[in-house]
Amino acid sequence: MATQTQIRVNPALQRGWLDHVQDWVTTVDHKKIGLMYIAYALFFLVIAGVEAILMRIQLLVPNNTFVSPQVFNRLFTMHGTTMVFFVGMPILFGFGNYLVPLMIGARDMAFPRLNAFSFWIAAFGGLLLYFSYFAGSGLYGAGTAPDVGWFAYAPLTARVFSPGHSTDYWTLSILISGIGSIGTALNIVATTLCMRCPGMKLSRMPLLVWLYLVTSGLVFVTISPLTAAQIMLCIDRYLGGHFFDTQAGGSAVLWMHFFWIFGHPEVYILVLPAFAFANEIIPVFSRKAIFGYPAMVAASVGIGFVSLSVWAHHMFTVGMGAGPNAFFTFSTMVISVPTGIKIFNWLATLWGGNIHFTTPMKFAIGFLFQFLVAGLTGIMLSVSPFDWQLGNSYFVVAHFHYVLVGAILFMIFAAFYYWYPKMTGRMLSDKLGSWHFWLFLIGFHLTFDFMHVPGILGMPRRIYTYEADRGWEIWNIIVSSGAVFQAVATLIFVWNMIVSYFKGEKAGPDPWDAWTLEWATSSPPPSYNFATLPTVESRRPLWDRKHPEEPDAQYE
Amino acid sequence: MLFSPEMLAGRRLIRSGDDFLAPWLVRHFSRPLRQAASIFDSSSTSIFSPQATPAHSIFSLSVLVLSICGTIFLVVAGLLLFTLIRYRHRRGYTQREPAQIYGSTQIELSWTVLPILIVVVLFLATARVIFVTQTAAKPSNALDVTVIGHQFWWEYRYPKLGIVTANELHIPVSDAKQPTPTYLTMSSADTDHSFWVPRLAGKLDLIPNKVNTMWIDPEKAGLYLGQCAQYCGTQHAKMLLRVYADSPADFAAWVAHQQKTATQESLVSAGRAVFEGNACVNCHTISGTSAHGTFGPNLSHLASRDTIASGSVPNNAQNLRAFIDDPAQFKPGVLMPAMHLNDHDLDAVTQYLRTLR
Amino acid sequence: MSAGYVIPHEQIGEWKLPSRGLVGMTCLVIAESAIFIIFVVAYLFYTGKSLTGPTPRDVLETPWLASICLISSSITVHFAVHDLRLSRIRRFTSWLAATVVLGTIFIAATALEWYDLIYHRGLTISTNLFGTTFYSLVGLHGSHVIVGLLMLGLTLLFALMGKVNVHHAERLEVISIYWHFVDAVWIVVFTVVYVVGR
Repeated sequence: MATQTQIRVNPALQRGWLDHVQDWVTTVDHKKIGLMYIAYALFFLVIAGVEAILMRIQLLVPNNTFVSPQVFNRLFTMHGTTMVFFVGMPILFGFGNYLVPLMIGARDMAFPRLNAFSFWIAAFGGLLLYFSYFAGSGLYGAGTAPDVGWFAYAPLTARVFSPGHSTDYWTLSILISGIGSIGTALNIVATTLCMRCPGMKLSRMPLLVWLYLVTSGLVFVTISPLTAAQIMLCIDRYLGGHFFDTQAGGSAVLWMHFFWIFGHPEVYILVLPAFAFANEIIPVFSRKAIFGYPAMVAASVGIGFVSLSVWAHHMFTVGMGAGPNAFFTFSTMVISVPTGIKIFNWLATLWGGNIHFTTPMKFAIGFLFQFLVAGLTGIMLSVSPFDWQLGNSYFVVAHFHYVLVGAILFMIFAAFYYWYPKMTGRMLSDKLGSWHFWLFLIGFHLTFDFMHVPGILGMPRRIYTYEADRGWEIWNIIVSSGAVFQAVATLIFVWNMIVSYFKGEKAGPDPWDAWTLEWATSSPPPSYNFATLPTVESRRPLWDRKHPEEPDAQYE
Repeated sequence: MLFSPEMLAGRRLIRSGDDFLAPWLVRHFSRPLRQAASIFDSSSTSIFSPQATPAHSIFSLSVLVLSICGTIFLVVAGLLLFTLIRYRHRRGYTQREPAQIYGSTQIELSWTVLPILIVVVLFLATARVIFVTQTAAKPSNALDVTVIGHQFWWEYRYPKLGIVTANELHIPVSDAKQPTPTYLTMSSADTDHSFWVPRLAGKLDLIPNKVNTMWIDPEKAGLYLGQCAQYCGTQHAKMLLRVYADSPADFAAWVAHQQKTATQESLVSAGRAVFEGNACVNCHTISGTSAHGTFGPNLSHLASRDTIASGSVPNNAQNLRAFIDDPAQFKPGVLMPAMHLNDHDLDAVTQYLRTLR
Repeated sequence: MSAGYVIPHEQIGEWKLPSRGLVGMTCLVIAESAIFIIFVVAYLFYTGKSLTGPTPRDVLETPWLASICLISSSITVHFAVHDLRLSRIRRFTSWLAATVVLGTIFIAATALEWYDLIYHRGLTISTNLFGTTFYSLVGLHGSHVIVGLLMLGLTLLFALMGKVNVHHAERLEVISIYWHFVDAVWIVVFTVVYVVGR
């Protein structure tokens, strides 16, 4: 039997960079997978951001020839597809992966190996999409990316109208990343239901975990239809099927239904995690418990269900009858009720609080205002006759960017500033954070406030150039100028993350004086998360510990 | 007035509770809104300067929706701003933590019920416009036009008048007292398109294998612009719409002219021979000749149009010649191939097409 | 404080949580159901909309034998789980073997049906809308049966090698949920394709 003293570290076996790579590639630790998701999403965020900037340069002046129409069409297709499937989904799953087990006091996800598989297959999907730039035309010649738009309406995707393989890359990459999404969602649900620490009843789960539970449930019933539709498209393109072949009696409208049955709840899949971050960040920096926890849970579940019945509001202009138009108008308006409850409950959480304007809180407040506006323009678009005018115009583009950037991206930035200390053990610089916030805010409003106007003036989306006599120039110049601010702000953010990793202030386990379990362990947490599994008696276990004289459990 | 009988031209009114609210809002808000909207008047495609009944009813509805949404924004954003300022962290804050409030059923109920009421009002107002616009009875003197979307141009067929033309739609002005609306029956020959002339009506998609209908009734004579609003392929951006609302007399003259067979001047017979001797005839039709193609626009009266290339350039000899030589220089991605005619043939065929008035 | 706060560990009654295997499989079943719903909707939407023949009435014959086999395999797999839980390994193995045989008969019957349709009745996936929707719906279900058979077959192999015992009962139950789901889907597919669609 070897004694301890006999063990020596062979210098040749010291950990080189390759060992680190192997560590990360073979890891099944939910925190490392979460970080890889986030890193991968940030990488694609930069790429899709560059695509957006190229488009804004092209649209700066009428009849511009900065890029050709073909290139422009690929840019908006890739920008949309990337942002939704390879930025939005992975970044939210990344935070979910990292935070859900920590917040419920678990040591890992329910299925760690499935977790790794889901990440790698989703990552492969993103690379496959971009590989089309080299191979999209197959044997036809040089490569091209798909140019069918991110919702790829039939029959434009049929072989007749999209020869070559670019559309196949689009289909397959989404199919594959969808498998990854379903895997991760399954994992989050199983983790939430089966891995909670003692005392963590469903009614005591942090709202973030609740929202991830709802989001994951939505993934099952929405990503699956998309997967089904993509399988059908593959059958059409490879086996000569006729699902969406209008020449053989197929229906273009059926694709629209299938796509939007996915597409609209997808918006909620993306926005619910943003709500989740807000639910953690706003109370901590108002120094108050969230107002109306049960109502917040009910509203989230309600949004989940109602969001399944609104898809055809994307199709008000396809010529549905008056009945369906009225129905989808109504169901869309109804979803504003649970959404309104959320906004009012956040407001009530702030009310009477002691509000600290830290960087994460600044982004969260930006989120509140912008989400309010996005909700209201959403109501305008739900009025189907108004949508007959505004649908497919730049007004719609402005509206959903208000949701995706103004609400979701702002909350993602907030989440970075809030949880970066937990993930790395170092604070992000507040000064750089302020620059990031204000520049991004200015850029955001320059771009997306003024983007509503050309829509009202009749400018449709997805046009590579426009006529000079329509009165759209000035608005497009303002919109494009905002992009510069946002780009600079994003660079500051990236710089902040790099610099703070090495030189940031040490965070300690609980820099924000917060209340949920992730702050009960060291920063960054050890691979086993908790030395002893915690036991909880209320929704804010750390509050109870810090205020033993008036624990939450007495009031819930 | 919202939906006055004149405006709806005798169509049935559906009465509902917001009959009072909507006109009141329009009366009090449409002036300032219009003034604010005057910055939008520089645009020939603004949805806020309606010139036909469908666009008018949408505009009136949008005034209602905008004022409700604007009010909600002011109230909620004001409240939020007040809260942020009032309850900001101040130096000298002595309490360790503020009072913890976990919720209040009454308050939460109130901000559940209030939005429901707003939703009901908005929905009723919306449903009325949906049904009035979509189920309007078709008057017997309505003009029928079939619109077929192509990559990347518009085909217009007047089945009762025997006219086939492209890209420039001529319709009669509709007098409020004796409305002569135009009913558009729409479909597509290839991918999805969308017909959007903002000052006349909202958009409606043209989808292969599906027939859609909409109606427009311009109040004033003039040219109304728009463009394809559903991404349909490479040249989606240059699939422009031009709707000419003609006075009854002008429209009758236009119809009479279009119904004639294409002119055949002997001076340009060389050009005609070039046209008929090349692949042109596979895709284009010129009445009275051997050209019967339907894949491209009908050219029987090409020279009577103001523009070519789906409204993207003026129709003059120079542009026409350049277009025939290589259409992609105006519209990259256009389906018409570059014909590679020699200069002589190119001049001849241009001259011939210029005579097709 | 590098270890962070230590939450006092107190005894909280009994703390039982659902089995993650069952929860995971239930989630998968929900997701798969959504996929099947879309294919069923497409099948029903395109019923009778083919521009050319053959029609379902012309070429389809009701697969009674295959259906009975597949449905009964749901019963046999249930008994297999039951017996494994009671540690009756021999009876468990025979029930499992019966399940695999019944599933295989189903797949073989489908293969014969397809062979007949393709080579004798001229219906392929690209013939018309009926062909497209028929082969994709039945094929999607068939591919699920094959996956189920692989899992069950592997279990059978382990059982014959004597490596399965009562501790594996929950895992077998997870597989059996999948198998029940595949059977339930067949009832829907059968109704849609062979009853309603004709």
